Order: sequence, then C-alpha cells, then structure tokens
Amino acid sequence: MEFQGTPQAPQINYILCCQCGTQIEPNPTNMCVACLRSEVDITEGIPKQAVLYFCRKCERYQQPPDHWISAQLESRELLSICLKRIKGLNKVRLIDAGFVWTEPHSMRIKVKLTIQKEVMNGAVLQQVFIVEFTVTNHQCDDCHRVEAKDFWRAVVQIRQKTDHKKTFYYLEQLILKHKAHWNTINVKLASDGLDFFYTKKDDAKKMVEFLSSVVPCKHQSAQELISHDIRNNTFNYKHTFSVSIVPVCKDNIVCLPQKLAASLGNINPICVCYKVTQTVHLIDPNTLQVAEVSGPVFWRTPFTSLCSPKQLIEYMVMQVDIVLDKEKPIVQGQISQRHVLADVWVSKMSDLGSNDQQYFCRTHLGHLLNAGDTVVGFDMLNSNLNNEHIEKLKVEKLPDVVIVKKVYADKRYRNRQRKWKLRHLNDELHNMETESALNEYTDFLEDLEEDPTIRQNVNIYKDKDKIPVDLDEAEGQEIPTISLQEMLDDLHIGGDATGEEGAAMLE
Amino acid sequence: MAVRAQFEGNNEIGVFSKLTNTYCLTAIGGSENFYSVFEGELGEAIPVVHCSLAGCRIIGRMCVGNRHGLLVPISTTDQELQHIRNSLPDSVKVQRVEERLSALGNVIACNDYVALVHPDLDKETEELIADVLKVEVFRQTMADNVLVGSYCAISNQGGLVHPKTSVQDQDELSSLLQVPLVAGTINRGSDVIGAGLVVNDWIAFCGLDTTSTELSVVESVFKLGDAQPSSIAQDMRSSLIDSMT
Repeated sequence: MEFQGTPQAPQINYILCCQCGTQIEPNPTNMCVACLRSEVDITEGIPKQAVLYFCRKCERYQQPPDHWISAQLESRELLSICLKRIKGLNKVRLIDAGFVWTEPHSMRIKVKLTIQKEVMNGAVLQQVFIVEFTVTNHQCDDCHRVEAKDFWRAVVQIRQKTDHKKTFYYLEQLILKHKAHWNTINVKLASDGLDFFYTKKDDAKKMVEFLSSVVPCKHQSAQELISHDIRNNTFNYKHTFSVSIVPVCKDNIVCLPQKLAASLGNINPICVCYKVTQTVHLIDPNTLQVAEVSGPVFWRTPFTSLCSPKQLIEYMVMQVDIVLDKEKPIVQGQISQRHVLADVWVSKMSDLGSNDQQYFCRTHLGHLLNAGDTVVGFDMLNSNLNNEHIEKLKVEKLPDVVIVKKVYADKRYRNRQRKWKLRHLNDELHNMETESALNEYTDFLEDLEEDPTIRQNVNIYKDKDKIPVDLDEAEGQEIPTISLQEMLDDLHIGGDATGEEGAAMLE
Repeated sequence: MAVRAQFEGNNEIGVFSKLTNTYCLTAIGGSENFYSVFEGELGEAIPVVHCSLAGCRIIGRMCVGNRHGLLVPISTTDQELQHIRNSLPDSVKVQRVEERLSALGNVIACNDYVALVHPDLDKETEELIADVLKVEVFRQTMADNVLVGSYCAISNQGGLVHPKTSVQDQDELSSLLQVPLVAGTINRGSDVIGAGLVVNDWIAFCGLDTTSTELSVVESVFKLGDAQPSSIAQDMRSSLIDSMT
C-alpha cells in the first residue's frame, strides 16, 4: 500500500469494536456501547423488586429497622425511604432517581434510577432502570399497641381528696381552653380523680407542668420496667405521674395551723376559701384579711376543710349592718377591697316558724346581702368538729355561724334561665347518673355565673337548644348571668351547610 | 492464517513466544500444549525451539529478532545462548546486548527491514540492532507510549498498532515502515498488541480471547488470508488485461 503524503488536519481515528466490528472511537474497553452493555450489567446485584411496609391505620411507611415515617405518594420522603430499601446502591454512583406514575391502589411504587459505575479499564457506564416496590400492609408497633389495648407509655393521675368533683369540672374547662389535652389518648375516671393517658413520657410531663401552673398541686413520678434489652441497653418503662391537688375548694371553711396563720400575716385561723387559682385564696370573714396559700406552702403544713358542702345549711338573713370603716378591726395583713364587712343576724331556715333563734355573725359578703336573703353557712356552734387545729383555739373565739355564700334562686329556675353551656372533654366524666352528681355540676355552673374571675379561664358557648323562657314567669329575682359578649358560638363540625365547615376550620 | 492459542491459561502469548520468518521460540511450559500449537502450524517450515532467557519464561518480551538475527539480553546464560545457537539456522546471528532497558521485546519492534525503538535506547544498542538485524532504526513512540514493542506488532506485510494511535501518527509510522498500518485491538479489546499477538509473513498467533472481528482485522492487515479476493484481483489483473487486449 502506498503512503498518501498529504498532511491533514487532526483526524479522529476509528477502530473496530472488538465484538461486533462497528467503527467506534477508541475507548478504554475498545468496545461499542451496545456490546459493553451486553457484556456487563452494572445493575447486577441491585434488586429490581423490593417490598415496602405500610401501616394502613396511621398511613406510615416503615424505614428499617423499626422507624415509621409518614410520606405522601411521589414525595421526597417516600423516595428516600425507597432508596434506602434498595441494596447495593453504595457500590454505584446514583445520578438521578424519580417516580414512575402508578395507580395508587395498585400497591406498586416504581422508582426510576440512573446509575453510573466504573467497568473494566476505567470506563464509566451509565444505565437507567426501574425498581418496582410492592407495598405490603403491616401494622406498625404503635398501632399494634393501640389495638392490643396496651398502648399507653405514661399516665398522669390527678387526684383530689374531696367528696365532690367541682375542681375537676373547672380543670376540664382549663384544659379545653388551653388545649392541654392535645396528645392525650385517653381520659378515664378514677375514684377521687382522673387518669390521663399518653403514648410519650414527654407529653405526660407537659401535662404535669400545665397542671402545676394552673392549680395548687404536688406531683410525684414513678416508673415500671416493662422489658429491657441488655444487648443494646434499652429499657421499656411505663411512667406514672401522680398529681395531688390541694384538697381545699372554693367555699370551704378551713382552720389554719397556728404556725401557718402566723406566717400569713397573723390571720385568724378560721377562714373561708373564696377562690382557687394557682394558689388557694383565703379570706377571714371577721376582718376581710386575705391570704394566699401556694401549693408548696400547703404541703408543708397541710390543713383540711372543716366541712363538706353537704354540711352547709341554709339561713335566712334577718338584719344586715355594714361595718363602718372606723369600726373595722385593725389587721396587719392585706385586706380585700372587693368584699364588704357586715354584721348580720341570721336564723336557720329549718327553724323558721318553730322558734325565733337568731345567730350573730360577721361576714365578708356585706355587699351582696340584704335582709330576707338566703345564704348558706356552717353551723359551728352545733357541729361536732374533729380537727386538731381547731382544738387549740379558745372556744369563745369561734364564731357561731360562718356564712359562705349567698343563694340566689331556686336551682331549677336558674337552670331554666341558663342560656349557655360548656364543652366537655369526655362524656364519661359527665355521666350524670345521680342527683348529687348533677347538683355538683350545676353548682359549678352557678359558680361560673357568680364569679367573673373564674369564668375568664373558661370558654362559654351559646346554647342554641335552650328554648327562650317567658320573662313574665320570672319572679323578679335578680340572678347573676353571663352576658352574651362573653359567650362563643359553638362549633358544629360537619353541619348541613358547607359554610359552617369552613368556619370551623378557621377557628 | 491466524490461530488462537493460550499459554497455561494466559492469553498474552506474545510474552511467551517469539516468531520470525526463519525461526520460532516458545517458553518452556508445564505442558506441551502451547508448543504443540506452534509445532503443528510451523514445524515443517521453520524450527520451533523451546528456550528460556536468564531462567525466565517471558522470552517474547526479553528478546527481539527477525529473519537475520536475534538479540538477547546480557543476563542470558551461556548455556541458554549455546542452546539457541545450536537450534537456530546458521544464517541467524545470535547476539547478547548490554542494554539498561533489558526487556528488548518491549522496547524494540521490528520486521525484516525496519526497527522502531524506544527513544532512550543506547547508541551502541542502536548500532548493534542495525548490524545484527540488518534493519534501519527509528526512535519512535506509539500513541505516546515509549514501549513500542509492547503496543504494536509488525511484519513485512503490515502492522497492527495501539488503538489510540492518531491518523497522523499512523501515516508517519506507515511511511517509515513502508507497510500499511491499522489501529486495533487484540484479546477482546486489549491494547497491548505486542503481548497478545505474534506474527510473521504467513501466519499469526493470538490470544484465545481474541474475537472474530479482531481476527479478521489481523488477517486482512497482515495479508494472511489464503484467498484474499483483492490480492487475486491484483495479481491476475495484468494477465487478464493482457488477454483482453
């Protein structure tokens, strides 16, 4: 062959593919791409099918070993779960990954992968392939535990050693207002209190924090070992938080221990509790001196209520004399400006008609009382008290009667007049089977009507079911009511009109 | 004709054999299979000799030779040299070369007329090559590789060079060698041509992995086909035209 001596511009030299003989540019393998592809499969060792576990109940996907992640179809999260399920991806370079559309109910997820890998002599080959995932239903541990009724991890036991549930009604409203029950999975009624169940210890702790910020209480925690794994040092506990609320409620009469009374500005030991917030608010009906007892102070020197609400009896007010400022006793501590000191003469409702026995007492309710009003009070003179602190007091210092609150009108009348209602946490709590339970609840509602400072922590809703009562029927009595401005429109989710649903979502 | 062979499972047969137009050297293997392939093809035409150089089997890479002579490295023992001298025809000169680059097969590629050598080869060695092998010597590289012996195989008919050799380089080498060159591969894409292929003017041996495509390239560039249609047409053309006129 002759040499053609014509100098030429740089030319690409071609060689023949060693397999099929097509003309190609020389490359490290000296094979055309088609031959190389038939020779080596870089997706070798990468499974083309895999299984994804999906919990139908909570709609989450399993990420091994036991992590469950909620992910939408075709979402970034789902892609990462899928990629983690594919073995052998660490041996190749992943260039691109994406979903291929599949019917959602087909239970198949297809992921399209582009990978690169170095094959013989340093040639890099790129390949696109599809991995098909079969979605298999598998109940996750959490759901399984719920199904097995063994789901709670932590419980908050709220207890108050009293014989009525008014505190819990109030607490329920507080919880609803602050949405503190967000992660609660169950609420159960127990004797003297409530149990709140949680799946996580942190949620229970949060609840305990909330409780200690709204009511005077103390709490203890305990844990029970359910199981443990010595190999990886994991322990499985059930946590119990026991929260005991101070057993003194609104309208209780207490006798303070001497030491405590001295530390609270030398207050008279016989006091009436007129409000419970984060602290117990006490007032001395003889001097209007007020004191606050916080939870820790209470638990250092505990005291109990002298009587239960059932022991209170009704009195008729015969005469009211407001005590003038100059005649007021001089006290060291803080004096309530919202109460008015008055001297009253009362006689028992049961005595009316039989005898004319009248009792003298001083009361902090002078601003509310008029002659002829009904009040409830505690007959200290005739009661058999069994209290260590009261025994230390001189008998002549004890009042005959302690007036606790004014009775406005007949309960049934007030119930009819009530145009509002409250929301409930759990219907079980409001299982009003007995008359007394119903009475306790209406007492609580009356308390709300009477004291605006209590109801500022409560969401009150308009009661649309109540039929408007004829005002003529009213006997002209003035009863405390809640103004319409304070009420909220109740939410009816899933109402007849779509507008209502939208409104519900705005809330 | 091109034949596939394997030396003890190894496809790089150019390492274990040296083939010229007047003799063939093969390494001493565990079995006679490799030797038998050469003996079967060449036995009636040229001597096929078992030998070792400096105790090594990689004789193809250590020596270089053509029809006129054979150069062996300085490390070759007297006994080995004597055996080779005894076995080869008298017309073939066998000579030891004192050269730093002792793998002569890797640094020198030659046919019966031209030799391409490593650019760093000694002046004395270059003279010796010209004297013993009776060739013109050119210092060259093969696709930027200095080991010209490893990356090409040439005969008096043609040559197969490294696949990355550019067209200009091919033209240049082709003009030096005065034979047609082709860039190609051997042993299923391997670019070390010299190791995968031994060739003389009428026969080529290549590794067992060599594909039929590579084999056909080898046969066409070294003009080994028994019935080359083009050659027939070429040879007969003059007589045909004579008879026509």
